[in-house]
Amino acid sequence: MSGLKVLNEGYEEKYGFNDPESFVFKTAKGLNGSIVSQISAVKNEPAWMRDFRLKALDIFGKKPMPTWGGDLSKIDFNKYTYFLNPSEKTAHSWDEVPADIKKTFDRLGIPAAEQKFLGGVGAQYESQTVYHKLREDLAKQGVIFTDTDTALKEHPELFKKFFGTVVPPGDNKFAALNTAVWSGGSFVYIPAGVKVKVPLQAYFRINAKNIGQFERTLIIADKDSEVHYIEGCTAPVYSTDSLHSAVVEVIALEGAKVRYTTIQNWSSNVYNLVTKRAFAYKNAVVEWVDGNLGSALTMKYPCVVLKGEGARADILSVAYAGANQHQDAGAKIIHLASNTTSRVISKSVSKSGGRSTYRGLVRIPSGVKNVVTSVRCDALLLDSKSRSDTYPSMKVEEPSATVAHEASVGRVGEEQLFYLTSRGLSKSEALSLIVLGFIAEFTKELPMEYSVELNKLISLEMEGAL
Amino acid sequence: MKLELIDLHVSFEGKRILSGVSLVISPGEVHALMGPNGSGKSTLSSVLAGHPSYKVEQGDILVDGKSILSLNASERAKLGLFLSFQNPIEVQGVSVSKLLFHALKSQDPKLSFVDFKKRVSDVASKLNVEFALERDINVGFSGGEKKRLEVLQLLLLKPKLAILDELDSGLDIDSLNLLASAVNDLRSSDFSALVITHYPRILGVLKPDFVHVLSQGKIVMSGSKELASEIEKHGYGALVK
Repeated sequence: MSGLKVLNEGYEEKYGFNDPESFVFKTAKGLNGSIVSQISAVKNEPAWMRDFRLKALDIFGKKPMPTWGGDLSKIDFNKYTYFLNPSEKTAHSWDEVPADIKKTFDRLGIPAAEQKFLGGVGAQYESQTVYHKLREDLAKQGVIFTDTDTALKEHPELFKKFFGTVVPPGDNKFAALNTAVWSGGSFVYIPAGVKVKVPLQAYFRINAKNIGQFERTLIIADKDSEVHYIEGCTAPVYSTDSLHSAVVEVIALEGAKVRYTTIQNWSSNVYNLVTKRAFAYKNAVVEWVDGNLGSALTMKYPCVVLKGEGARADILSVAYAGANQHQDAGAKIIHLASNTTSRVISKSVSKSGGRSTYRGLVRIPSGVKNVVTSVRCDALLLDSKSRSDTYPSMKVEEPSATVAHEASVGRVGEEQLFYLTSRGLSKSEALSLIVLGFIAEFTKELPMEYSVELNKLISLEMEGAL
Repeated sequence: MKLELIDLHVSFEGKRILSGVSLVISPGEVHALMGPNGSGKSTLSSVLAGHPSYKVEQGDILVDGKSILSLNASERAKLGLFLSFQNPIEVQGVSVSKLLFHALKSQDPKLSFVDFKKRVSDVASKLNVEFALERDINVGFSGGEKKRLEVLQLLLLKPKLAILDELDSGLDIDSLNLLASAVNDLRSSDFSALVITHYPRILGVLKPDFVHVLSQGKIVMSGSKELASEIEKHGYGALVK
């Protein structure tokens, strides 16, 4: 454990605490048709959803483990608990949340953040959404922000129309797994013309050991609407691993604007395998702002499919890999309509033997005219033990496309450190400033509270780095 | 602060650059160090400020009688040493103002942001560098602007001993006069300076108490400020064999 402590410096005191596991319902370890049916039954789901889950389980069983990306060989699907329900129901005021769970979110600062700057908050603990609240004025305008299980019951038409259309179960093995056992996540619907100016936020917390968390998020932004959705994730530091495999589907209809901000800060024993994809219709804008810290392995490639003319995609990501961590992250842009634009900026920082991989794809089929795309990936290595790889794939079949691609790998310069320390800064302080400067393009896109938090986390990581 | 270099031998990447430099700078004194290109002037400034790539092979550096060889750059700065860089380093994504805040905090951990702002804006307006405060350190600045920022840091950090490594290179006359007189204003019995330069012009303003000539890693000649005019008239060639 002392080794683990070092890996998660700063993490443990802040997020690494765990509370005794308590639950009202929990499936047996392992995965099979009866467990999937049990999950569906305990949620009182309609038959179509149960069948959809079982079909996905079948696909999951048939698809081989991916052999690219990170090392997945240590994942044993039989050792996880796939569904753990810590409380009877979703509360709509923090007072109704069971005391021990509320204490956790208090420590993470969630209720305070809700009061300060958020339009709505969802909090998921293990498999269950334990709290959900939307500001009244937004609800009055017809905004729906609820957990995905509730949405299935209360908004069946919307749900059935869009669920699984952006990321079908057959997309990849982990999307199939998620579809089979999903629980919780956020469901957001913004009516046509409604512009939500304050962010909606969800917070996902894994507490128990050897658990799988499979939230499912579906965001539908109707014509000319606007929304900013934020999610944060943490887990305690255990010596055994947990699995987080989420699916996020975003639909931005004509003229809509969706920004999805994620700051994931997992402990270094979490496998984080996430499928995030958005459809952007005519003149819609989709922005993924994606920060990945921690985890044993993250494989995540936010994707935007530009389906309508004039649509725009922006994917901005930062990955930080410390000791024994592999961040295999990137971006995918598929241009299916003319006059669409996309921009990818990826920043990675590797330290103490950590490994960061950028894996990206931009596809412009022939006949799709006047596409403009730019991809930039910058990697910063803090020592010679660490590693960075870049696999940018540009599949451009159309001559009218304007394509720019840049990649850089740098080490923290001794001259920069000397310059800053000669002004009286300590080495770790100087290193923090350099690293934070390197990712500044990313942090400046975050709400203030998040950028402060991220800066603090990075500074903690830099202590004792030299 | 009293700075003593005792028979200092320094190498960089295995190559000997300084071969026995001895020099004493007492509180209140301004020393000029001149010398041809490649004589080791910038090595001397780097090694004094604690650059980790320069290796002291022999000799010692004392501050008020105590060796500082085991101190890193940050610790030396805290003692009151300051280096104005010949080629100030660019740092992407870090604003000048952020650097200044951290640097001043290292001297006074209780410094409030309001007091900081006030201190900085007074000095920055004197040097005409307000425009640079929120920009990334030295990124996209002209040579002259970079030198102004070095002097801004010097005036704010108020060191006991400043090493000015070619402060005058790349400056027009007006800027040179502005910066040199700003440094001149610091002169007191608590402030001393080592001014490294090729040109006597800056010395006309800074009026050094002593002038030294460095050649091939050694001080080959020392004198009063008249030595600088000799060098201007005759070049190093005539003085250094």
